[in-house]
Amino acid sequence: MAIEIDIAHVARLARLGIPEEELAGYGEQLEVILEHAAAVQGADTEGVEPTAHPLGIVNAFRVDEVRPSLDRASVLAQGPDTTDEYFRVPPALETE
Amino acid sequence: MSAANLSISEASQALASGDLSAKELTEDVLQRASMTEGQLHSYMLIDHDGARAAAKEADLKLAAGSGGSLTGIPIALKDNMVTEGIETTCSSKILEGWIPPYDGSLSQSMKAADAVIVGKTNMDEFAMGSSTENSAFGTSRNPWDPTRVPGGSSGGSAVAVAIGSALGSYGSDTGGSIRQPASLCGIVGMKPTYGLVSRFGLIAFASSLDQIGPFSRTVEDSVALLAAAAGPDKMDATSYHGAYPNFGGSLGKGVAGLRIGVVKEFGGEGQEDGVTSRFQATVAALEGAGAAVVEVSLPAAKYAVSTYYLIAPAECSANLARFDGVRYGLRVEGETVEAMMRRTRAEGFGPEVTRRILLGTYALSAGYYDAFYGQAQRLRTLMIQDFATAYASCDVLVSPTSPTTAFKIGERTQDPLAMYLSDIYTIPSNLAGHPAISVPVGNDELGLPVGFQIMAPALAEEVMYQVADAVETLMGRSPMPKLQEVAS
Repeated sequence: MAIEIDIAHVARLARLGIPEEELAGYGEQLEVILEHAAAVQGADTEGVEPTAHPLGIVNAFRVDEVRPSLDRASVLAQGPDTTDEYFRVPPALETE
Repeated sequence: MSAANLSISEASQALASGDLSAKELTEDVLQRASMTEGQLHSYMLIDHDGARAAAKEADLKLAAGSGGSLTGIPIALKDNMVTEGIETTCSSKILEGWIPPYDGSLSQSMKAADAVIVGKTNMDEFAMGSSTENSAFGTSRNPWDPTRVPGGSSGGSAVAVAIGSALGSYGSDTGGSIRQPASLCGIVGMKPTYGLVSRFGLIAFASSLDQIGPFSRTVEDSVALLAAAAGPDKMDATSYHGAYPNFGGSLGKGVAGLRIGVVKEFGGEGQEDGVTSRFQATVAALEGAGAAVVEVSLPAAKYAVSTYYLIAPAECSANLARFDGVRYGLRVEGETVEAMMRRTRAEGFGPEVTRRILLGTYALSAGYYDAFYGQAQRLRTLMIQDFATAYASCDVLVSPTSPTTAFKIGERTQDPLAMYLSDIYTIPSNLAGHPAISVPVGNDELGLPVGFQIMAPALAEEVMYQVADAVETLMGRSPMPKLQEVAS
């Protein structure tokens, strides 16, 4: 099965700013791997249910009780840019 | 003799009797590490001060008789396990310098057991790889031949135990990342049933496959390390809350009367002769010891690698979305938050991690989801059904752990698919969530270790360890690699 990938589109979806000159190489490698992986489509899985969890656990509930959380200052201390009680990021929208 | 060569059970006896102190043991292990690290690079970080403080504490508890199950035993943790106050990087530039503000469940269990945490071990970046060559901080080397890889992704944890820079260690196994390096380094490596060891504080790669397990030099030590780590945990929603196996309950009972299944699909092309001959010798020894050997088939196994390389990247692409330059680790500035994230992730992730994020993003994207990810999940069901059919006629399944012994550094880095095929015998147990162990069974004609894999149904660790113990008795414990060949 021949697979063609719009690698620039996939990189955008994954928020990976891969340099232009490296994109084609990733695209070719992915095509080789996916052509091998496409073998799965040859298997007869008519009527087979998908498995998401190997032991079939569906939901795990815990008691709804208040517990201490991590200390805010110690968590913020690991952020690359913080102010008072917040992580700081560049603008989410482009500004003209 | 250096106490670094002792097994955990031998060291525990010597500590309990007072023949050895935790301080002496820890110093011997630190000395072994300082002798060998320059060449082998098993550790990302050695916590000399923390280890010495823990050893001092352990000696007080030994004197008072109040210690936990691993009191004073120097152990190492793979660098994807969160340790409070100790840098945790997943061997990635994107997490370099991160000092976790909390302990993951495994780190907590080790402290509760009064173990001495020596340090954090090198790995393929985010546990993606089979050789440690994907570490952003340099590859670890095989102590049997430093021109060869130790296997991966938990390669550093395997090397540390093989050479005596720890008495035991923990790794994580998503597609074989404990068993394959154990095989290539001549030690015991075990992946438990999914859910037996909490994943809280294990930095996620592929959540439905990842499982923490131990490396050791003996089967008995593997039982002790698993027992110290396993148990239900409310911090992990996939933790197992039913009855736990008696892991070591059948050690020493031999294999008479057990039915051992040889998987017929796990042989032939790609398997080295040296691996085949050690495997066949081990099966013959088990038969000689009274086991019934039967051939079984896992028809879905031929799809296992493809299934894995769809499911694992899909889950990784979602899990690694959290590395976005906002809350921890690397940030590369940009005009907008999206530009910042794109630059941070492109610069912070190495090529293999990038490749798998792209692969998973593609496999989950609109129009391809059912053909790839959905189909892989249905094949996972077929794999589980095949195992159930096989276990109707046998108690455990056996195979070589890896089709080859340790390969040369650089040999497979240009061909991702060839590297992926290293995991062909180990992946099925991850897809099914079953336990499996690699036990050393001698060396090939180049002197490189060969591992023998024993697979068992979910929660059947007791019979898996029973067979592993018999294999160790029949084939002999692996010697340690010669130190003079690695000290430079």
